[in-house]
Amino acid sequence: MNAPAKPCLDIRNLSAVLPNGLRVLRSVSLAVEPGEVRALVGESGAGKTMIGKAVLGVLPPSVRIVEGNMLLEGEDLGRLAPKARRTLIGARTALIPQDPLTALNPSRRIGPQMTDRLVRILGWSGEKADARIRQLLDEVQIRDPERVLKCYPHELSGGMRQRVLIAAAFAAEPRLIVADEPTTALDVTVQKQILRLIAQLQREHGTAILFVTHDLGVVAKISQKVSVLYAGKVVEEADTAALFAAPQHPYTLALMAATPRYTDPFASLKPVDDKVLAGLAAEIAAADQAWRRPHG
Amino acid sequence: MVEPLFSVRGLKVALPDMTRKPLIGRAPLAEILKGLDFDLPRGSVTGIVGESGSGKSTLGRALVRLLEPSAGNVMFDGRDITHLPEAELRPLRRNLQMIFQDPMSSLNPRRTIFSIIAAPLKQNGLGDNLKARVAEALQRVGLPQSFAGRYRHEVSGGQRQRVGIARALALSPKFVLADEIVSGLDVSTQAQILTLLEKLAAEMGLTVAFISHDLSVIRRLCRQVIVMREGAIVEASATDTLFEHPRQAYTRDLLAAIPLPEIDDAWLLPAPKAPA
Amino acid sequence: MDEARISRHGSRARLWLAGGWLLIALLAAIFAPLVAPQDPLAQDLMLERLPPFWLGGAEPGYWLGTDSLGRDLLSRLIFGARIAFIVAFAAAFAACLVGSTLGLIAGYFGGWADRIISRIVDVWMAFPPVLFAILLVAVLGTGLSSVIIAIAVIDWTRFCRVIRAETMGQSRMDYVENARIAGYGRIGIMLREVLPNVVPSIVALLSLEMGIAVIVEAILSFVNLSISTDDPTWGGIIAEGRLSIHQAWWVLVFPLVTLILTVLSFSQFGEGLRARFDPVLR
Repeated sequence: MNAPAKPCLDIRNLSAVLPNGLRVLRSVSLAVEPGEVRALVGESGAGKTMIGKAVLGVLPPSVRIVEGNMLLEGEDLGRLAPKARRTLIGARTALIPQDPLTALNPSRRIGPQMTDRLVRILGWSGEKADARIRQLLDEVQIRDPERVLKCYPHELSGGMRQRVLIAAAFAAEPRLIVADEPTTALDVTVQKQILRLIAQLQREHGTAILFVTHDLGVVAKISQKVSVLYAGKVVEEADTAALFAAPQHPYTLALMAATPRYTDPFASLKPVDDKVLAGLAAEIAAADQAWRRPHG
Repeated sequence: MVEPLFSVRGLKVALPDMTRKPLIGRAPLAEILKGLDFDLPRGSVTGIVGESGSGKSTLGRALVRLLEPSAGNVMFDGRDITHLPEAELRPLRRNLQMIFQDPMSSLNPRRTIFSIIAAPLKQNGLGDNLKARVAEALQRVGLPQSFAGRYRHEVSGGQRQRVGIARALALSPKFVLADEIVSGLDVSTQAQILTLLEKLAAEMGLTVAFISHDLSVIRRLCRQVIVMREGAIVEASATDTLFEHPRQAYTRDLLAAIPLPEIDDAWLLPAPKAPA
Repeated sequence: MDEARISRHGSRARLWLAGGWLLIALLAAIFAPLVAPQDPLAQDLMLERLPPFWLGGAEPGYWLGTDSLGRDLLSRLIFGARIAFIVAFAAAFAACLVGSTLGLIAGYFGGWADRIISRIVDVWMAFPPVLFAILLVAVLGTGLSSVIIAIAVIDWTRFCRVIRAETMGQSRMDYVENARIAGYGRIGIMLREVLPNVVPSIVALLSLEMGIAVIVEAILSFVNLSISTDDPTWGGIIAEGRLSIHQAWWVLVFPLVTLILTVLSFSQFGEGLRARFDPVLR
């Protein structure tokens, strides 16, 4: 009982390159413990979405993983045959996407889209899948599931669509959910409801979440652990509480100072200092050089 | 004499609702703005905040007369511009400038940055000394002169937004509409663009309507705020008053929904709506 | 990235191959009297149905053989290229000018202008094109200019439809509003802001249309409705070749190959140009 549990997701030293040799992930290591929310925060181009895609096995074909391992509940994804890998990922993970509109097929009703995955990938019976979906729609506080199941995606509001996708993600009882900027497209008041829902379902189902976001505010509210990314490199990782109490890396500090806060307008929105960026560039260059040496 | 730059009374805008367009014939009109009254004082930045569907962008477009109001009137600098035809608006355009949300879409892909900034100057009788004026505009927004020959796809998102600002301010306009100008940018770039706009507005004494969905940004930049919801004004007051003593429940909800970058375990609890 | 690079290589190769063929054909057409080894109209019954040079019984100077009247096939193809290119350029430019202008107006101004122009296009496109062309030539009388007019009259709708859609898309961009903010009038914006952004589509369509014009001209000559039968046209040669397919296959095959290569090159050249010179295409 006291034996240390295996992390739900364990990424070790993951590097990925583009065909032109540019490293887009730079020896990334991070772990998500069972039932924990780890935020992955960074600006555009930081590679945060790329990590989520790597975990789900949906990297674009041009991105090649050249080093490192990804362990899903102790199983090394890199060592599995493609089919076995797909099955494992399909059974144990789920995605809450950024754009709920493009994530749903516009020409199919919500109901069959939600049950499909349960029936096809997990081999559930139609009735079981249907019952499960209804239960989850109830959990995401959709009051009239009958109507929603018969709707086409465009007939629902953005918030409703995101609720549907959250229900679908939790329905198969995955061990790990990758949430890729799930509230970026939403209004603040809806964002708060959705974050609340994700947190509540996550607690009740004990699901681990890799939560990709660009917003430090969201990080503070939703996560227990956080990895700060810049240019595909984890520059700082910490308990969320510790990170906000005392950020260590100059980039984290700069990011916090740049994030707007209405409670303290003049201490926030500080442009990132050029010295910080120069320091980051040097750090990345040094890391790349150290990495190239053994890799030729 | 402190006559406001904009004085808006009973402003209504109705637009064709394409979602309810019948197979044959015209789309029915939907009222987007339902009668707004407000003033924009000279030389200060006014925030217009609201969620999607609040009509804030429609309001902005009615102010710079990209849209024609269906009722009410809009007084600009002592002149009624509510129903002015395009030709009579043209001489006023110099003073009704706009910075767009998406600089990718608002800058013509086939024109150099020089040509983009020069266009409004030429069109408004400032075509002499074009090179010097464009150079000054670039310098004002902190872009190197070498950018003049580039195209929009050759510069970064933050730089593109600087070009948008340079173009709008090159005419030294009396009024600038800034429509969600930082919502597509990263936080670090956002901070740069906002401090730039803040500095220029103060230096040039600009009257700015700053449309945003982000109250945190509004607080920093604006002297007064108009909160909108579903085409109507919920609350309008001086910024400090609004943030410290919001009168309307909706304003309080908006404030409470902002995830501040600080630990607050109670924030996600399914608790009452009162601000923490 | 890999795919992008491959497709860029592909588009460059396509541009060079298509452009190369068109250039050769164009030069041959311009300098036909200098290049053609024989007089295309000279008949010599002693030389009838000579095979191409690599077959037994070929005569030197008659590289691709002769037809049933002893006329040199290569020379006829070269002189036929003249007519093909004149028709291609004239008809395509005329169709382009009419169609693009109306398409730009319909797409940019919308409203009534769009409704009227779009209805005309709909009605126009309900006519079967080849029958329409035959009808037109029958009314106008045969001859080069009738063929050109017929093609332009039929095919302007192709430009109109595509350019209208493209213009509508561009008109929704913020830079169009930005130009209004800058103080430009509607027509100024249409010409200065929108037009340059639809030019790549116009160029691609123009090239495609040249290929189509070559085909239509060939069809009209095939049914003997183009210009006088003495003048060599590709369609006319094909029609003659069809009659002697069992005795002299080359009279049918070479003009067909020439026609296909030319039409294909026009369409590939247009696409290649667009891919190469459009900075916005990723």
